[in-house]
Amino acid sequence: MSHAATPLTMTNATVKIATPRLSERHVAGVLILALCAVLILIIALPLWALLSKSLEDSHGRFVGLANFVSYATTPTLLSSLTNSLLVASVTTGIVLPLAFLYAYALRRSCIPGRGLFYAAAMVPVFAPSLLSGLALIYIFGNQGLLKSWMMGASLYGPVGIIGAEALYSFPHAVLILVTALSLSDGRLREAAEAMGTTRWRIFHTITLPGARYGVISAAFVVFTLVITDFGIPKVIGGQFSVLATDAYRQVVGQQNFPMGAVVGIILLVPAVLAFFVDRAVQRRQSAMLSARAVPYTPRPERRRDLALLGFVSVVALAIVGPYGIAIWGSFVKYWPYNLSLTLNNYDFATVDPEGWTTYGNSLLLASLTAVIGTSLIFTGAYLIEKVKLFPRLRAFAQFLAMLPMAVPGLVLGLGYVFFFNAGWNPLNALYGTLTILVINTIAHFYTVGHITALTSLKQIDSEFESVSASLKVPFWSTFRRVTAPICLPAILDIAVYVFVNALTTVSAVIFLYGADTKLASIAIVHMDEAGAIASAAGMASVIMLTAVAVKLAHVGLDRLVFGRLQRWRQR
Amino acid sequence: MDGRFPKPSLRVQMKVGKMSTNTAPFLSIRKLAKSFGAFQALRSIDLDIHRGEFVCFLGPSGCGKTTLLRAIAGLDLQDSGSIQMAGRDVSRASPSERDFGIVFQSYALFPNLTVADNVGYGLVNRRRPSAEINRRVDELLALVGLPDQSKKYPIQLSGGQQQRVALARALATAPELLLLDEPLSALDAKVRLRLRDEMRSLQQRLGVTTIMVTHDQEEALAMADRIVVMSDGAVEQVGTPEEIYRRPGTPFVADFVGHMTFLDAIVTGPGQVRVGELDLLVANAAPFSVGTPVRLAMRPEEVRTRSITAETPNRFDATIGDLAFLGSYCRAHLEPTNSRSTRIAADFSTNAMRDLGILPGQVRTVAFPPEALHVFAGGGR
Repeated sequence: MSHAATPLTMTNATVKIATPRLSERHVAGVLILALCAVLILIIALPLWALLSKSLEDSHGRFVGLANFVSYATTPTLLSSLTNSLLVASVTTGIVLPLAFLYAYALRRSCIPGRGLFYAAAMVPVFAPSLLSGLALIYIFGNQGLLKSWMMGASLYGPVGIIGAEALYSFPHAVLILVTALSLSDGRLREAAEAMGTTRWRIFHTITLPGARYGVISAAFVVFTLVITDFGIPKVIGGQFSVLATDAYRQVVGQQNFPMGAVVGIILLVPAVLAFFVDRAVQRRQSAMLSARAVPYTPRPERRRDLALLGFVSVVALAIVGPYGIAIWGSFVKYWPYNLSLTLNNYDFATVDPEGWTTYGNSLLLASLTAVIGTSLIFTGAYLIEKVKLFPRLRAFAQFLAMLPMAVPGLVLGLGYVFFFNAGWNPLNALYGTLTILVINTIAHFYTVGHITALTSLKQIDSEFESVSASLKVPFWSTFRRVTAPICLPAILDIAVYVFVNALTTVSAVIFLYGADTKLASIAIVHMDEAGAIASAAGMASVIMLTAVAVKLAHVGLDRLVFGRLQRWRQR
Repeated sequence: MDGRFPKPSLRVQMKVGKMSTNTAPFLSIRKLAKSFGAFQALRSIDLDIHRGEFVCFLGPSGCGKTTLLRAIAGLDLQDSGSIQMAGRDVSRASPSERDFGIVFQSYALFPNLTVADNVGYGLVNRRRPSAEINRRVDELLALVGLPDQSKKYPIQLSGGQQQRVALARALATAPELLLLDEPLSALDAKVRLRLRDEMRSLQQRLGVTTIMVTHDQEEALAMADRIVVMSDGAVEQVGTPEEIYRRPGTPFVADFVGHMTFLDAIVTGPGQVRVGELDLLVANAAPFSVGTPVRLAMRPEEVRTRSITAETPNRFDATIGDLAFLGSYCRAHLEPTNSRSTRIAADFSTNAMRDLGILPGQVRTVAFPPEALHVFAGGGR
């Protein structure tokens, strides 16, 4: 500060400009109101439509809880409730210990190739859920390679559903448990070892309690995923009906909308429960770890590492194997009698009049959802987190943004049917169009993207907006020049997450697609119904490979973004 | 570093005119109050700040100093009360409708923008030609002593350099008011000392009215024209550093700024108090009637050990208790020989320790200058 004693006078007069033309307050108010309106339209109103439909008869008259009573007194309907509970509980019971040990091996041991094993566990995320069902059919089905292993039992029913659901839900449990096991204070363990505590005692006094919130959270997530999944029971369930297939049959098959709504609301219960348990658990989890905790770094231990390596290899093979076989099967001429390879199964037009166009539709949907959805989600999160005006409205928007997490896709899809298909609704022209598919998919996956955006926004200095205000720079300039560029990695994460899920989802969109907007994931269901399993597996493989390719591109782009475009991150 | 100019000559060069207590204050705060739920962060604050002044809000954490600063900035609006800035009522104005620059403890530099873009951030929005902006940015960077760092990103700078960039950015739009929210507390001790002198001399050169929030009394004493000592959401005392230090208005100020020994005493006559068995004269005869219990306060460095004669008032013998070595001085605890239960902290410079050969356990004659004794109400605590 030694030089330049020149007083700062020259620019004083010229720089001062009167108050900005556009009042920030007004712009913020309009934007937050618009956000609330959009969220009400795409989330709140469809759910309201579902709720009110469940209280009406098929002529639209209010009948109170009569539909619920008739549901409870119809044995066939009630049996699918018990079926669903059975399948979901058993799957949770199988997946949880396996996923825990898997995550434990990844985080608390020194086995080689942890990154690879992590990736292997994540494979099912990139495929439509029903591909795991198709894969099991290839292996254990009536024409399965290892049919003899079933010892005469039928795959088509609870056994197949549970097996396929376990495959499909495994990565979600691993994801949560890996996080839970990463959050641990290494010093606790060191203190225990210094006192000569046995390994088993350390495990059940330190490791397990430390991860117990993760275990609870994972249990609820798996249970909810399974009970609300539509694709797998559709493909492999046979005559074994569950809630999700019931809802579909009631609405699409029998046009019994009120009963479909009742099933939807029953499906909502575990999801809502899981949502609140998860929130309570997260609050505790974060409180458990002090800022001064030292992360635990495992030390090599030959016997433990070898045992875990063996376990992890078997599980990874059990996950990747079926998907590999399904892809192989899609190239096979006549499974399992003529295993010579062919591309004929990929000539989709022979089994589905739409042919490859459904794949194009899916790509278009996923791209539009990623672009529009990410913009909406990130801007919305910014308004909620960083604009300090209108606290009540922002709290309301925050509530709406968290809501989709508690709503299974199938239930949201039903809500969309009831709301957008209603005669009185001027928006019913949207029904069956790509627009409604995009809107629905954005709403379906809103919350995870929203949380990602919030997390990244919370990491930014909260005074940026204050500084900008003092410099008379409106918040939208700071959003464009500073906040969005800083959050670019998170924005990419959201876009890829939304893209992959838009590609693979079946449950919500199956109610909403139109004649010329059929999606690839729905085509898989139809091809499977038509008995063209190889083509169904082929289409599912195409989707999976697309999703994996997008993910790999994302990893590469992330490196590029960090390396070149975000030079400012490096010292 | 261009040493300190004498103040009067500086005032003449100031861009906005002289600091003057005759004219209307630049910033005028009346009955400002704010609560967070049941917690009263500000209790009816009245405060005037004049043009060109450097004012420090000093107090412990939670005393409301940052809340007051943010209310002045418009970042967190008060519940009631008014704020006038340059004769304009800005009580309800948004931050962008007020005229200030601000530096936060975290600096809040935009990490993805270069130093030059950070400093020019507020200028770009005013649609000035880019040549003019560049000139202004260079000028500001030279002013804060970072003339050749304009192409770097904040992460590539040291903490002290980041702080200077934040200061340059806050000054870029030539605001009439500069707000500093604990700007030095994230820095190393050495850098902090240097920057504090630089900031003070820069402020004097520019003459920009400045408010700094700090919990560091030494920083406030060294930098401020006036200090506003706050506690529990209220202003305890406003005054020059010297006034605050020499004549603390309340026990809180006496205790918070510098070290202070508190003793329970009883008023025994006009200008006379008794502590234990010691009778002492006090210069600042407070309006306490005889027999009132009071609290007597004095600073450890005011205890005299040299050139004490028979005429020296408040003279008594005391045993030197434990001695704590603190670098340039030692802190001793004195026990008056005729009042053993009274313990008084006294600081002796290392010089005095050596010259007088002070050792623990000695009995020495010491004295309290009557003008160094402060009398507060509320004895018996």
